[in-house]
Amino acid sequence: MSEQQPIIELKNLRKLFPVNKTSLWEQEEKFVHAVDDVSFVLHPGEVLALVGESGCGKSTLALTLMNLETPTEGQIFFEGRDVTHLSGKPLQEMRRHIQMVFQDPYESLNPTMTIGDIVAEPLVVHRLEPNKQARQDRVVRALEDAGLKPASNFMHRYPHELSGGQRQRVVIAGALVLEPKVLLADEPVSMLDVSIRAEILNLLASLRETRGISVLFITHDLGTVAYFADRIAVMYLGRIVEMGGTLSVLERPLHPYTKALLSVMPVPNPRLRRERIILQGETPNPIDLPSGCRFHPRCPIAQPHCQQTDPAWREIEPAHWAACLEV
Amino acid sequence: MSDTAVSTTSIRGFWRSFRRSRMGLIGLFMFLVVVLMAVFAPAIAPYDPKEVVRVTIDDIYAAPSAEHWLGTDDAGRDVLSNFIYGSRVSLIVGFFASFISIFIGSFVGIVAGFYGGRAENILMRFTDIMLVIPDLPLAVVIVALTKPSLWNIIFVIGALGWTGSARLVRSQTLAVKQRKFVLRARSIGAGNMHIIRYHILPMVLPLIVVNTVLVISLAILNESTLSFLGLSDPTALSWGQMLNFAFTRGAMSARAWWALVMPGLGIVWAVLACTLLGQGLEQVLNPRLETHHLAVGVQMVDRGAEVQA
Ligand SMILES: Nc1ncnc2c1ncn2[C@@H]1O[C@H](COP(=O)(O)OP(=O)(O)OP(=O)(O)O)[C@@H](O)[C@H]1O
Ligand code: SF4
Ligand SMILES: [Mg+2]
Repeated sequence: MSEQQPIIELKNLRKLFPVNKTSLWEQEEKFVHAVDDVSFVLHPGEVLALVGESGCGKSTLALTLMNLETPTEGQIFFEGRDVTHLSGKPLQEMRRHIQMVFQDPYESLNPTMTIGDIVAEPLVVHRLEPNKQARQDRVVRALEDAGLKPASNFMHRYPHELSGGQRQRVVIAGALVLEPKVLLADEPVSMLDVSIRAEILNLLASLRETRGISVLFITHDLGTVAYFADRIAVMYLGRIVEMGGTLSVLERPLHPYTKALLSVMPVPNPRLRRERIILQGETPNPIDLPSGCRFHPRCPIAQPHCQQTDPAWREIEPAHWAACLEV
Repeated sequence: MSDTAVSTTSIRGFWRSFRRSRMGLIGLFMFLVVVLMAVFAPAIAPYDPKEVVRVTIDDIYAAPSAEHWLGTDDAGRDVLSNFIYGSRVSLIVGFFASFISIFIGSFVGIVAGFYGGRAENILMRFTDIMLVIPDLPLAVVIVALTKPSLWNIIFVIGALGWTGSARLVRSQTLAVKQRKFVLRARSIGAGNMHIIRYHILPMVLPLIVVNTVLVISLAILNESTLSFLGLSDPTALSWGQMLNFAFTRGAMSARAWWALVMPGLGIVWAVLACTLLGQGLEQVLNPRLETHHLAVGVQMVDRGAEVQA
């Protein structure tokens, strides 16, 4: 993208969760390497898709980015300002500009609050519209922007009276009402019916068009992002293994993990069709990481040196990066 | 924000499901009987227990008659009237003491559960200490050392009866705190106070309501016990005090069963009413929380009931 200042920049971000020691004799403390040395930038108005299988640390990355989990190491910049160690009021103020849509719309709404109150809550928290009528108007607009029309049908209902898709729209409305600069969408459609997924995805795509919001779109399904992400980052066991423009990643994947993901993706476009690569073995657990390249136990093209050397992050084509010794 | 939260529809819905609980209805009925009796005591009671009466030997422990439906006590006063007025003291102590208990318990429980860390450690250690000290002997000591006035008794019972509620509220707070909507509230920039007020409290409140009703019965029982031991406000005649007088002033040897049975029945009635009502409320508030595994659990209320046993 352009040379303008990135809206979000992560530098070597790391989030480790300590694990309870299981045996009396184990001396060293162990950690879940949920996010391990992740760096990337998000430009204004850009949609960056973060793709990876379940448990690779996508949600943790998003939560750490908002300081909902304290980063273990590394730095987070928001509009060029280091926000890694913010707390209290400045942190709450920063969160206003970065909104999140959570994975599970059934759990992320308070069952004792009406839809109207839920969507108004961000305004109340930030004391943005003290005038009740003005606040109401903004809530109505947000609900209708999120596709809940007419809003008056929903304002006084409780979350349990709504379908999953409608709830996710409520979450999106609650995020939009603050007019954020960044939207973190954490698998917003993974818990929804296939039939509703396209609607929600179209909604997110159109929001980017009309409002110029930057979106970090988290998903485990390459297929859902292909058509509206500008760039794709592929994550494996807490680390980004490949990143580049959507077309280059989809058409010329560099990392064997990306290739494997793409090969099992059902594609209507025959140009993209490849031989299926079925990965061997299970995802290693993020506590005892494999030595060298963390993908080597499952990598179809692994070489002996892959067990010793952790591959560096290299720009292999212009603006197309990967971490693999064999490309 | 919350002014629409408790709408008339939810109150109507609440009543509709409460009606389905037979035990709850019985409890409510029994509870209302006591409350009405206490409120309208002057209208119902045939005599005024404070009135000075001239007593002859025949009036002491007089058997039930047309004049005194439930006989008289050691001072020749009408047992029925004493009984009706006694409900006032029992209820006053029950309400106020349980409010004190619930207030302290909820505060300690929410602060400990929500903030965690050192605050939680200190508060819960303190709760554990309070829990292992037997309430009654301590209450006896405190009341004996201070003036046994009605408000002292309320305060002592209230200040000693909060530990169960604190633990209950804490565990519910811990559970609610983990839920995704609290994380969402944080992500929109909400501070701790806002989260407690709008997310923790409404989810813990049903538990607090149920617990209050149960703690009322506990407080009534404690007051009766203290009065029975002779530690009560001499000017406030309660059921426990009626029992105390009956026992210490020869009702047994006079075979004046009426002086013993009525206050005893009153205590059992009130305690049973609160327990049934609490259980009925619990049944309704539980599904309304509409949560899978974190709602007010049966075992939680059972623990509350154990405390009072
Ligand atoms: N609070 C926590 N304490 C300990 N471990 C955690 C915690 N949160 C996440 N983890 C671990 O961190 C790893 C990454 O979890 P995360 O939820 O970020 O994965 P994900 O990519 O979002 O997966 P999914 O697609 O299933 O949502 C997992 O191994 C998980 O068990
Ligand atoms: S470095 Fe080796 S093991 Fe890792 S992805 Fe490349 S080829 Fe496979
Ligand atoms: Mg996740």
